[in-house]
Amino acid sequence: MKMTRTDRHQLASAALFLSPWIIGFTVFVALPAILSLYFSLCDYSVLTEPVFIGVGNYTDLTRDALFWKSLWNTILFAGLALPIGTVVSIALALLLNSPMWGKGIMRTIVFLPSLVPLVAMGMLWQYLLNPEYGLINGILQPLGLASPDWLGDPSWTKPGLVLTTLWGTGNAVIIYLASLSEVPRTLYDAARVDGASWWQQILNISLPMISPVIYFNMIIGIITVLQIFALPYVMMGADGEPARSTLFYAMYLFNQAFTYLRMGYASAMAWILFLLIALLTWAGHRASRRHVHYGGA
Amino acid sequence: MTTAAEPPRPRWLTMLRLHKIPSDSRPSPVVQIAALLVAFVFLLPFLVLVTTSLKTLPEATAFPPTLLPDDAQWGNFKQALVEMDFLRYLLNTLLVCGLNVCGTVLSCAMAAWAFAHFRFRGSGAFFALTLATMMIPFPVLMVPQYAIFRELGWIGTFKPLWVPAWFGVAYNIFLLRQFFLSIPRTLTEAARIDGCGEIRIFVQLVLPLSRSALLVVALFTFMYHWNDFMAPLIFLTDDTQFTLALGLQAFQTQLGGVEVNLLMAATLVMILPVTVLFFLCQKSFMQGISLTGLKE
Repeated sequence: MKMTRTDRHQLASAALFLSPWIIGFTVFVALPAILSLYFSLCDYSVLTEPVFIGVGNYTDLTRDALFWKSLWNTILFAGLALPIGTVVSIALALLLNSPMWGKGIMRTIVFLPSLVPLVAMGMLWQYLLNPEYGLINGILQPLGLASPDWLGDPSWTKPGLVLTTLWGTGNAVIIYLASLSEVPRTLYDAARVDGASWWQQILNISLPMISPVIYFNMIIGIITVLQIFALPYVMMGADGEPARSTLFYAMYLFNQAFTYLRMGYASAMAWILFLLIALLTWAGHRASRRHVHYGGA
Repeated sequence: MTTAAEPPRPRWLTMLRLHKIPSDSRPSPVVQIAALLVAFVFLLPFLVLVTTSLKTLPEATAFPPTLLPDDAQWGNFKQALVEMDFLRYLLNTLLVCGLNVCGTVLSCAMAAWAFAHFRFRGSGAFFALTLATMMIPFPVLMVPQYAIFRELGWIGTFKPLWVPAWFGVAYNIFLLRQFFLSIPRTLTEAARIDGCGEIRIFVQLVLPLSRSALLVVALFTFMYHWNDFMAPLIFLTDDTQFTLALGLQAFQTQLGGVEVNLLMAATLVMILPVTVLFFLCQKSFMQGISLTGLKE
């Protein structure tokens, strides 16, 4: 196939503008991805050359109790944080979409915490959740409610982290608000003419119309929550104390790679994480075909 | 739209009338009170942060927590910032953030323009590949990146934290391409007929037209690197090079979990700049968030 002069000009210009990204893509993404797959099949400490050992790392992982613990912790936390986070942020968006005084200020206040750097958020909530002098138990105790040891009791550390992440849910709220504002008014008008209550309108108009965004947020949520690192790391330490109840997948991976210099082992963990994310995203996609309504704006 | 069986209608929910039913109805008092309550709950941690940073240590660890400090300890800030070596960490962070912002905006705008404007074989495939890289989680890349940077002698320098940004970030390329697609071709054609070269068209026409989108990318890049904890933790070795995120964590370790009032003072100071930035660029923020959430 012969190129015309315009074709050549287009290709040359594109190559010029793409040259940084071609380098970046190759050196910082493609090469590391391939290397990672190779390392996962090697005994590799970064200090010496990698030694090929086949699937040894993967079989070792199946016998590693801490690997399973960290995976289970992560799944438990995701199972807690994702549904609660989704329900709370949709509820907040529906609330803040109603007519009220000071709507802009309210929305800003709900959004603000999501700007707080995770490390800072960790410091603040470690203080708020402190069982001896923290605010949370300071509120719960006078109300006669249980005041658990959020940071010291292994069965309460994950709920404590969920509370912390809920405070930073404003980002999702804003996304839901933006999509709610795009739902055509006429739908509500028609529904009201038909005598639908506001609850029916939420159930049959608002939620179906924003379901693509709910789906999008949940996929992003899965990807993010499976990689949770900074928050538990600063709040509970590198080993996810107490009793490793907050040792999450990415933390164990990090420790293997950079504390014990078991880079091959860590790479195998990374690929399992990647496959898990891909699998869940695919499953979410399958499920979305039944439950997500794409007819909207 | 849906012909499902009529759902049960909880009376208490009907009474609350939480959801906006577009009409000229005035705000219901229940909605108003609920919203005020929500706002208060979200604001409370900030209030605790501010008051604690002004308390003495005994006040900060009293139970039940007190509302206000008896006597505002403004000295806490000075003590915390000096002990933490805040200024150094701030300069390190600003350097990393600044280099990332410049590099990301430039390299991503270039790549995005190539994808949006020029027609060449393999354009679609390469763009799809670019999008696919967004799926790869950082833990997959961090180990081999560490190996590569170590080979280059970059471990313990700022380079791993900012050099990659100068070679493009997939997500921002995607975002800017969407924006560039809205620039009418007639405009660039006219410039070309007037004898403008491709570089001049890009610099003098495309970039100025895209100021709002570039600002969104710049803001989000700044925020990302201001907050980033994992990459500095991996690639920096010397505490004189720490960024604020690492510095704050090191300060926590240094205090040994004792002087929470000082820790809260340092935490507050780390949060303040992003908050100020948000209020200065509120419109860009909201634009950026709805861009990320809505556009396919």
